[in-house]
Amino acid sequence: MRRWHLPVLVAILTVTAVSLIVYKVRALGYPMTPAEEIQSWIIEARLSFEATGGAAKAELAIPLDPPGYSILDENFVSRGYGLQTERRSNNRVAIWSTRRPSGRQTLYYRATVTPHESKSLEQAVPALAAPPLYDELHSAAVNAILDEVRSKSADIATFSSLLMQMLARPTPDENAQLLLPRQASREDRVRTAIYVLAGAHIPARMARGLRLVDGARSAQVEAWIEVNNGQRWIPIDPDTGAHGYPPDFVMWWRGDTPLFSVERGRDAEVRFSVTRTMEEALETATRQAQLSESAVASYSLLALPVHTQNVYRSLLLIPVGALLIVFLRNVVGVQTFGTFMPVLIALAFRQTDLVAGVLLFSVLVTLGLAVRFYLEHLKLLLVPRLAAVVIIVILLMAFVSILSQRLRFEVGLSVALFPMVILAMTIERMSIVWEEHGPADAIKQGVGSLIVAAGCYLIMFDLRVEHFIFVFPESLLLVLALALLLGRYTGYRVTELLRFRALSEAIKR
Amino acid sequence: MKWLASPRHLRELGVLGMNARNALYIGPNNRRRYYPRVDDKLLTKQLAIDAGIAVPELYGVVETQHGARRIDRILDGRSDFVIKPARGSGGDGITVITGRIGGSYRKASGVPLDLDDLSHHISNILSGMYSLGGQPDRAMIEYRVHAHAVFGSISYHGVPDVRVIVYRGYPVLAMLRLPTRLSDGKANLHQGAIGVGIDIGGGRTTHGVWREMPVTVHPDTMYAIADVQVPDWETVLQLSARAYELTGLGYLGVDIVIDSNLGPLILELNARPGLSIQIANRVGLRSRLEVVDRDGDRKAPAEARIAFSKARFGGSRASDTPSTEPA
Repeated sequence: MRRWHLPVLVAILTVTAVSLIVYKVRALGYPMTPAEEIQSWIIEARLSFEATGGAAKAELAIPLDPPGYSILDENFVSRGYGLQTERRSNNRVAIWSTRRPSGRQTLYYRATVTPHESKSLEQAVPALAAPPLYDELHSAAVNAILDEVRSKSADIATFSSLLMQMLARPTPDENAQLLLPRQASREDRVRTAIYVLAGAHIPARMARGLRLVDGARSAQVEAWIEVNNGQRWIPIDPDTGAHGYPPDFVMWWRGDTPLFSVERGRDAEVRFSVTRTMEEALETATRQAQLSESAVASYSLLALPVHTQNVYRSLLLIPVGALLIVFLRNVVGVQTFGTFMPVLIALAFRQTDLVAGVLLFSVLVTLGLAVRFYLEHLKLLLVPRLAAVVIIVILLMAFVSILSQRLRFEVGLSVALFPMVILAMTIERMSIVWEEHGPADAIKQGVGSLIVAAGCYLIMFDLRVEHFIFVFPESLLLVLALALLLGRYTGYRVTELLRFRALSEAIKR
Repeated sequence: MKWLASPRHLRELGVLGMNARNALYIGPNNRRRYYPRVDDKLLTKQLAIDAGIAVPELYGVVETQHGARRIDRILDGRSDFVIKPARGSGGDGITVITGRIGGSYRKASGVPLDLDDLSHHISNILSGMYSLGGQPDRAMIEYRVHAHAVFGSISYHGVPDVRVIVYRGYPVLAMLRLPTRLSDGKANLHQGAIGVGIDIGGGRTTHGVWREMPVTVHPDTMYAIADVQVPDWETVLQLSARAYELTGLGYLGVDIVIDSNLGPLILELNARPGLSIQIANRVGLRSRLEVVDRDGDRKAPAEARIAFSKARFGGSRASDTPSTEPA
């Protein structure tokens, strides 16, 4: 039983971890490597106007939940303006306001969107209770059109398509001509169609958006019509009567409201520009997994708030560092100050960068040792002396930060992130080793710790490792299994092969 | 010489590695609750005295910082003593005073220390500077052992001691530890002392190891270190074997000093003895531990165990050149 206990435990851990990882990769599409990217688009709306004096206020419709796309990120650039966003029926509006603008004002809204399956159009709307009150002339025309279309259609979708096609003819019949303005645009035809469809109790609404063309500097807003068939909204192309938005269409706002409005400003205009970028596949996989309501995804770290995620990004790597320490100590046989001190130093290196980190660490420990040797002359008690070393380490850190600020050596500022108590303990232990076993041993162990810390840093914060552990935290079960296995390792350490080589040679001779 | 020994060859020689020592021998044989018996040297001393085993006389114990400042009262005019932490490890924190020069004390290495230095050192010991895990500690002041004349030519200041590895009560491997200038009069190998293998059967030294390399002469005195007879070897073996009953620890390092007047005395015990003893003896420890596991009677009295060890492990000599080839 005792003999099998550990192998069985290790096997269970391994199987659990591997099956979870395989499920997440195969079924949920989590990317294995950080480099996997998918296409996404950045759409920028630039609203500019000439201020006419007094407090100005500008409103711009911004996308809420465009069908077929999801908004990964958005930001507003508007120096000197107060900004708020507001839900208005089916839309979202950004409202900028400022007290005393002068000259040409420019406000930016930027959204990053990526193609994504969504169900935002699944919304049942009951048929309209009463048709609008048409005047006599319109009433006759509407009824004539409705009669003609009804005779050729099967359901609300085809009915609406036929209507749109009829209105879009280059030479509309006289009934249509009566309802349409001269030189009718897409927008006018949509407006007329909604008016006519209301006569047949069919709910319809206008939707406007953009076509995504890479590098477009002034993309045109395109009007579409959405018709509700009692189950869902069906988008219809006003030109062709085709159903459904094309893949490159991003819906911007709905209803017959203007895109923007400006108070106390003139010559207002909005320009859209579109660029294509690549986004991390992880971002999309997360959203998709969350929408699929998989239990694995809803209990994922990716569901946490971003700043908490960032904490775990580092925390989850500590086991990897700890495993490395186990390996280096029990299989290789490297000596370090403090068992897991190098892991904590490696965490600090993450903020400082490796070279700067090693440099700062060496400087701090050297200065600290010098002070510690001076303190030895004062013959202090152990705990007060340790406290004194901690205080001096912190002062040294502050001094290094200030000095590097003066010298414009920016990485020096990150010295504040070193774990100072660990540093103080390292200095104390190093000084004891120095006194008891000589400088050679102390420096050897100090350099050993530093090399181990650098190794931990390189492995823990390798992009692929970091990504893999964070996306698949269950892989820590594998780390645990390995640590348990190493716990029963009774073979020689590499340093012992070196240590016993004299013995080996002596007996061989 | 090759850079690394081959693990296979080491396994054939029965060399014990650190991992195997910890997992296969210390773990199963040393019960944790018996550790204080060896980690606390005051407790060891008390147990030994109760069992009638010879140890160096204890002059006094300092337990408080207040006591550290009044060290002169405990010293009571003595000028020949040793200060050591009760829970020290690896020989750290041991100060040997061999006499006085005017107002100051004289360390074994000749460095003078005044009373202030001594009480600061004791205060460091009390704060746990040398103890495992930094716990508060006590300082012991005890009789300074006087090295037996036999070792006069092969040690540099300080007192040599004999380290015996005792497995389940059977002495399996022994080594003489000679202080050097490098080790500052201390007899710990990792501090720079020389280890010399000892034949379990007769108590004669065999080969030397210094800083993990073979040596034949003491580097400070240049006298040969091989083929020296350890005085009173029978008593040394008896003290080591009885340390098993004393502590209940199955895997034990026993440090014995041979005083010129009092003969062998147990200086301290160690529940995690080092592995360099194998290099000094040119013998794999594991092979001997396996012999005890296979043939050793668990309930044998100390005398029978010593006889077993002498018969099975004795007989190695300095001139021996053990060979892996069949004779």
